[in-house]
Amino acid sequence: MPFKLQRREHASRLMLIAAPLSAVVLSTIVCSGLLFILNKPVGQTLYSFFIAPFENFYSITEVFLKFGPLLLIAQALAVGFRAKVWNIGAEGQMIVGAIAASSVPVYFVDSTSDWLLPAMIILGALGGMAWAAIAAFLKTRFNANEILVTLMLTSIALQLLYYLLLGPWKDPMGFNFPQTVMFQNEALFEPLFSGVRLNTSIAIPIIFTIVIWLFMERHFGGFKLVVGGLAPQAATYAGFSAKKAVWVSLLLAGFAAGLAGMSEVAGPIGQLQRSVTSGYGYSAIIVAYLGALNPLGIVFAAFFLAVLQIGGDVALVSANLPISAVHVFQGLLLIFYLAVYTLVHYQFKPIRSASLSATSDHVT
Amino acid sequence: MSANLPLLSLKNITKRYPSVVANDNICLDVHANSIHAVLGENGAGKSTLMKLVYGLIQGDSGEMLWQGQRVQLRNPAAARKLGIGMVFQHFSLFETLSVVENISLTIPGPRHDLSQKIREIGERFQLTVNPDASVHSLSVGERQRVEIIRCLLQDLKLLILDEPTSVLPPQHISALFKALRKLRDSGVAILFISHKLEEIRELCDTATVLRGGKVAGTIDPTITSTQELATLMIGHEVASIQSRSDKPKSEQALLQLESVSVASDDPFGTSLRDINIQVHGGEIVGIAGVSGNGQAELSRLISGEQIDRNLATNAIRMMGQPVTYLGAAQRRALGFAFVPEERLGRGAVPLMSLAQNTLLTTFDKGLLKGGFIQRKKLQSQTDECIQEFDVRCGGVNAVAGSLSGGNLQKFIIGRELMLSPKLLFVAQPTWGVDIGAATAIRQRLLNLRDSGIAVLIVSEELEELFEITDRLHVINSGNLSPSLNTADVTPNDIGEYMIGQSPGSKQETRHAV
Repeated sequence: MPFKLQRREHASRLMLIAAPLSAVVLSTIVCSGLLFILNKPVGQTLYSFFIAPFENFYSITEVFLKFGPLLLIAQALAVGFRAKVWNIGAEGQMIVGAIAASSVPVYFVDSTSDWLLPAMIILGALGGMAWAAIAAFLKTRFNANEILVTLMLTSIALQLLYYLLLGPWKDPMGFNFPQTVMFQNEALFEPLFSGVRLNTSIAIPIIFTIVIWLFMERHFGGFKLVVGGLAPQAATYAGFSAKKAVWVSLLLAGFAAGLAGMSEVAGPIGQLQRSVTSGYGYSAIIVAYLGALNPLGIVFAAFFLAVLQIGGDVALVSANLPISAVHVFQGLLLIFYLAVYTLVHYQFKPIRSASLSATSDHVT
Repeated sequence: MSANLPLLSLKNITKRYPSVVANDNICLDVHANSIHAVLGENGAGKSTLMKLVYGLIQGDSGEMLWQGQRVQLRNPAAARKLGIGMVFQHFSLFETLSVVENISLTIPGPRHDLSQKIREIGERFQLTVNPDASVHSLSVGERQRVEIIRCLLQDLKLLILDEPTSVLPPQHISALFKALRKLRDSGVAILFISHKLEEIRELCDTATVLRGGKVAGTIDPTITSTQELATLMIGHEVASIQSRSDKPKSEQALLQLESVSVASDDPFGTSLRDINIQVHGGEIVGIAGVSGNGQAELSRLISGEQIDRNLATNAIRMMGQPVTYLGAAQRRALGFAFVPEERLGRGAVPLMSLAQNTLLTTFDKGLLKGGFIQRKKLQSQTDECIQEFDVRCGGVNAVAGSLSGGNLQKFIIGRELMLSPKLLFVAQPTWGVDIGAATAIRQRLLNLRDSGIAVLIVSEELEELFEITDRLHVINSGNLSPSLNTADVTPNDIGEYMIGQSPGSKQETRHAV
């Protein structure tokens, strides 16, 4: 029997919760199929993905280490996405934030001041914001598409990073590796427990989440952004500035991504190097959508993706999988989520064979 | 075909939508050689029924007989094959192509022959139009003729016209009626959809009245009074409106536009030329005109949604202050309120609740504390608006998109009035609103005027403007007529301004302040 999609009168709350869950189930099934075809041990891989990350305390802290930057960036991106500002260059903003923060320990190698870390925090945030501001300016002044601009700015940021690491900022004692000196302890966040990499910077995304929740759910500023995203004409009618919405969205994302970059160099990495972002800037886009652009939903989505990344690392070793397997899983997640999300606003209806039986050709 | 066998017969047609039964057991017979009116308020199910007949949508149950045989129309192509043609309110013509080019897109045959046929049909039915003219140079009436001719070129037996007069000035309406009568006499059946009672009584042979998706009655409009028709259409008697008051107007103009000229960026938009308007407290000023003559551009300029930096500082003034460069929110802070023509997407956000939609324009009225939304206060204020303006809805948390057009309009007008404005601007105040609600809205506008507020109205409904305005302007291709005292002019005078001729013989028409 043929079906058609019919718009629901109200968004389905059930589907809103079921959509991310079914996306997880569907991608797991497809992924298992792919593993089977590739002749990889399916059960062991799934075990590595979903159970292994919780097997010991260290793994759990590693999950939270990944959770932090994903959460931080995704919360900010979601604000922009709700205002229909498509910033997909959080990766670049994160790189520039990391670079700006690193300038402090690079230029003050011998300093042991207590102000090192605060200065890095401020510079990291400002760096990310400055990079995002370029896109905001081009969008508001010349109506340049922010998707292209933010994406291309990411490439530029990457080249800037390579230039610094191969040139002026290269560690003179580093055997010509493209990385800076290891930062002094005063330039690093304190580990939460001895022997683990998870550190005090985890407070930043948690505080940021609370602020964003208040901003989006209770504050007029968030309301204005959402109106602009849902009905641009109504925003103009009310007198909300569309340009301001672009600036707020992009600066907020730059702020968060810059801080995320900063907490990587001042945290688990401890220096500036080429792989400073670990792809957080892109994964955060998936997190934002998987969390239905909702501050609370994003907390769960960020946690899930963090588990997946740690699990992926385990699977690389235990099941001899390539790293792209993790990317495939992430990609499937987003695609299935977007597909199932349709059912939040639409439902399947069978096309009834109406009681009007004869066709028009019958007559003519 | 025997004379009493109907050309088209609908038997117990039902069409359900998720929230409403649009057509409920509709029975309708249309005969050749007759003009059959389908009459009803907005939301009565007229359009749904016509779309069913034209094959655009399919019914859930019931059957359709064409010349006595059961048919099922899967798409408009099947309907056209039978000889059913439809002219929609919004024409489907390419503006950059000529008349004959447009027609040759759907009718096969060499252009030259088509041009010849267009001329012949034009002469025969008084639907003259130049086949080689570009569509963008044609008036609305001429474009409508092109649409009708296009239907006639394909062996037409039944012509469906959806609110054909709503886009026409009065002069063109009588021309259309002449053509339709000729068509009827040539054997074509016409389904004429309208909610205007007078014209149905003038033109139609039979009328089927729809109310709430059901047939309320089938009557002979030539012997039924307008009052009876209205009662049948809305189910109860129409309240009459209280007449004009003679209260003095304010000294100062609360809205003043001086030599406002704005060139349009859009090649198909309308440039405004030297617009002058004054609205005083205690009067209602109306702007008449066929839509698309600059109303949209003028509205955005007055509301502050569009700001033109080329205008002089003093070009637009509100409450005596220059506002030319002020945005919408700043103008609102001065005591200006605006109800736009598009309710969903402009006047209200469809996916947001009524409470959130209240916040849209009333945030300045103590609803924010340090930027945070005072949710209790917002809820109670929204609830007040719903109660006072009789908005039928599922409460303050119902989303705006779930309200009917009329109820949403009541909500938006209510919201804007709660701002207690000094100057109120309403575009199409009763467009798509049922008669009962429309009467209430008009009465409220009159009461506002009597309390000293300046009211500006843009409307396409001449009757409405004559009913409530004190003065009138007519807009045509971006030009605004001088101010006319409503009491001193006739609909025909206004019609002449609408089609761009100032009534030369009517020099005695007094031009008000």
